[in-house]
Amino acid sequence: MSARRYLAAIALILAPLATAVAASNTVLIRDATVHTLSTPAVLEHTDLLIENGRIAGIGQHLKAPADAQTIDAAGKPVTPGLFGGLGHLGIEEIGLEPSVDDYALHLGAMRPEFDVTPAFNPESIVLGVSRLGGITFAVIAPSSETNGREGAGGTIIAGQGSVAQLDGTIVPRVRALFVEVGGDASELSGGSRAAQFMLLQQAITEVRSPKELLPNDQRLLTPEGRHALQGFLERAGPVVFDVDRASDIRQVIALANREKLHVIVKGGAEAWRLAPELVAAHIPVILNPLDDLPETFDSVGATLENAARLNRAGVKIAFSLGDAQPHNIRKVRQTAGIAVAHGLPWEAALAALTRNPAEIFGVADSHGSLERGHPADLVLWSGDPLDVTSLAERVFIEGHEQPMVSRQTLLRDRYLKKLRANAAR
Amino acid sequence: MRKMVCLIACAALTACAAQGSKPAPQPANGSPVASATTATFEASDLYPSTYKIPTSAPTLIQHATILTGTGARLDDADVLIVDGKIQSVGANLPAPPQARIIDGHGHWVTPGLIDVHSHLGVYPSPAVQANSDGNELTSPSTANVWAEHSVWPQDPGFRTALAGGITTLQILPGSGNLFGGRTVVLKNVPSVTYQGMKFPGAPQGLKMACGENPKRVYGSKHQFPSTRMGNVAGYRAQWAEAKEYLREQQEYQKKLAAGDKDAKPPKRDLRLDTLAAALKGDILVHMHCYRADEMATVLDMSREFGYHVAAFHHAVEAYKIADLLAENGVCAAMWADWWGFKMEAYDGIPENIAFVDAAPGGCAIVHSDSEEGIQRLNQEAAKAIAYGHRAGLEIPPERAIKWLTSNPAKVLGLLERTGTLEAGKMGDVVVWNRNPFSVYALADYVLIDGAVRYDRANPATAPQSDFLLGQPAAQGVYP
Repeated sequence: MSARRYLAAIALILAPLATAVAASNTVLIRDATVHTLSTPAVLEHTDLLIENGRIAGIGQHLKAPADAQTIDAAGKPVTPGLFGGLGHLGIEEIGLEPSVDDYALHLGAMRPEFDVTPAFNPESIVLGVSRLGGITFAVIAPSSETNGREGAGGTIIAGQGSVAQLDGTIVPRVRALFVEVGGDASELSGGSRAAQFMLLQQAITEVRSPKELLPNDQRLLTPEGRHALQGFLERAGPVVFDVDRASDIRQVIALANREKLHVIVKGGAEAWRLAPELVAAHIPVILNPLDDLPETFDSVGATLENAARLNRAGVKIAFSLGDAQPHNIRKVRQTAGIAVAHGLPWEAALAALTRNPAEIFGVADSHGSLERGHPADLVLWSGDPLDVTSLAERVFIEGHEQPMVSRQTLLRDRYLKKLRANAAR
Repeated sequence: MRKMVCLIACAALTACAAQGSKPAPQPANGSPVASATTATFEASDLYPSTYKIPTSAPTLIQHATILTGTGARLDDADVLIVDGKIQSVGANLPAPPQARIIDGHGHWVTPGLIDVHSHLGVYPSPAVQANSDGNELTSPSTANVWAEHSVWPQDPGFRTALAGGITTLQILPGSGNLFGGRTVVLKNVPSVTYQGMKFPGAPQGLKMACGENPKRVYGSKHQFPSTRMGNVAGYRAQWAEAKEYLREQQEYQKKLAAGDKDAKPPKRDLRLDTLAAALKGDILVHMHCYRADEMATVLDMSREFGYHVAAFHHAVEAYKIADLLAENGVCAAMWADWWGFKMEAYDGIPENIAFVDAAPGGCAIVHSDSEEGIQRLNQEAAKAIAYGHRAGLEIPPERAIKWLTSNPAKVLGLLERTGTLEAGKMGDVVVWNRNPFSVYALADYVLIDGAVRYDRANPATAPQSDFLLGQPAAQGVYP
């Protein structure tokens, strides 16, 4: 009852936001420094035309169509919309509140067919807060938990997730499977990380050799689970391994080679130590550039130079916060700047927030770069987009300008009035 | 591992006890420390600091942009540190003989950063169960425990914090209890014992906690408290008991003073020792609290029992009561942008720090509560500046630096000794490679009491923790 009233109150607060989303229109951004993440990489004093939700032109002195809204960028940077990393966007509204946390399955059985996407709430206030930070797309990823609310834990296969846009839409064609490996996950595999690879191998065998299926009570997978896993074995989508320790990453690389999987390493605190092997196996790494402490025994080799070293070796990198909680994913931009301070070229850091994750998740034809014909997902920044001194000024998703309003700005404005009134007293 | 740590700690403590506990050096300026009459009960000078200021050559930093921490900015100016103390700040200072000269062109100089909220050492890396020593979650009131007795000086996080310019930090117990225990203030210097890091003469703090954490920890065990009203009843019962304890002590002292040789001291209670010292202001109260309404309740309670809250920590809703906090002379120690990780953090906004700062008389502090955040408090402040600017609140760097230096020094009772670049203060200084309020800023030099403890060009000046020694995986981590 009170919960319902509470939700109703939130709906009232958010109502103005929903109606404020501008209709698709024609917009000409003049005199921007356009970071295309394509060729050429940087265009100064350049105009960018948005029509019908797409980028209709990038060039000098573009003609404004009659109905165009013109924005003078005054030389400020325009980048593709940023990638918010992998985590619980739209599936964890508030931490520690089971009724709004949908990211983990606690059935105690391996269920690769579990797809967390239907839980995604496009009206989560986290989307609006993150949009204002210049984030326009992210990967919704389930997590495994050892202790569930139902008493049963998860398994090392957390389930499937997808790519979400921060206008609340899901990119329909992409699904990724999430697997947890390493010391943090050993409770999910009977106490030993070795069993993680044993269990994965058994699950793969159940798919690949159905004639050898064990009796029902010894099988890991349901028929639906076998079907779901088969898709990933046929490389219909990537399998994301959350793994930090070098020796575990080596096992993942071996598994990827043996089973011809499309693998992504997430976390990868010690990935820099295996850079040549990762390059050879074409495995990208989605890392948190801030990992520099042995927070567990799996990350004794963590260093602020991880991003720079992987990039120098030719590993494709993208960034994601260390924590899957979604509330502060806008901070991923800061992590990119910190990677620059520790040796990563600036352009590579921006790519790790834009083009690289789009390529890694197979959405580069629509996300991560500014090219004619692409959906217009872009951000105009007050200054250097990788510096904490700058903020997003305007955000477009598929050509729709996003109102720079969130529940946080409404709170800010309400109490700013009070602050001003008190100061004037 | 656990046994080994315990052996080291126990051996150190035994050694101290055997030598007899010498009183800690008293601050020259009358910062609050336990009064002599009750020192045996409150014992802030037990387990004394063994930190010794190393001898160092005079250091002259020339031609830098200097943020003094007092609100001033000096361009193209010098800082001279002699005998571990700031000797002068100004233009064209003469170099003493044998002075180390640091060319500050293009560099910025600030006081050493101070984090009032850290769990380094008590929740160290690696986060193994054996070293998880930050919260005595066996009773809602553990005012008797001291965080310093859990500090593992080999936590590798001390060094990474040093690289971020942290020279002083307060280590607190966790927030699962109403009264978590005593805090300790450390100098960020490498040491085998925590006593070798202990800030000489710094008052201890008392960690208290509002809201979700205590009621969740005990409520989930079907114990008291399980509600916010239970939390408040819990504090009040303890404070009432402490007042009575204090009264008995004072009566005893009166009898002694009157020459009553038969006067019997009240039975010693370690928990009430702490609370009584907090009521007297000898131990400073640090209150973990998120919501505006709960902070207001706590302010009323502090009036009821006659103590002062030094700072609300986390205070994600401080912006809603910035005026109330300022009127009460209470600082808020905040994150720049954390929110939503639990219900009581739902209303967090990134303008929080700027709002608290903007209230007339407001006192804003940037804190970390994180082994990651403590490495870059300057960037947290930079975010607050940017969001403040967007809200129409202009905060120049010389003002923002106070959030990381003089304001935290004030709530730790140390402003007379550190936290600003003023003559006579400790030579706790950071030389930044650029304006510190940027994602690209790095500390080139960190000086503590005039000694260079971190030199970015020579990482060997800041040795790694014993834990990382001989770990094959860490080879090549630190160039």
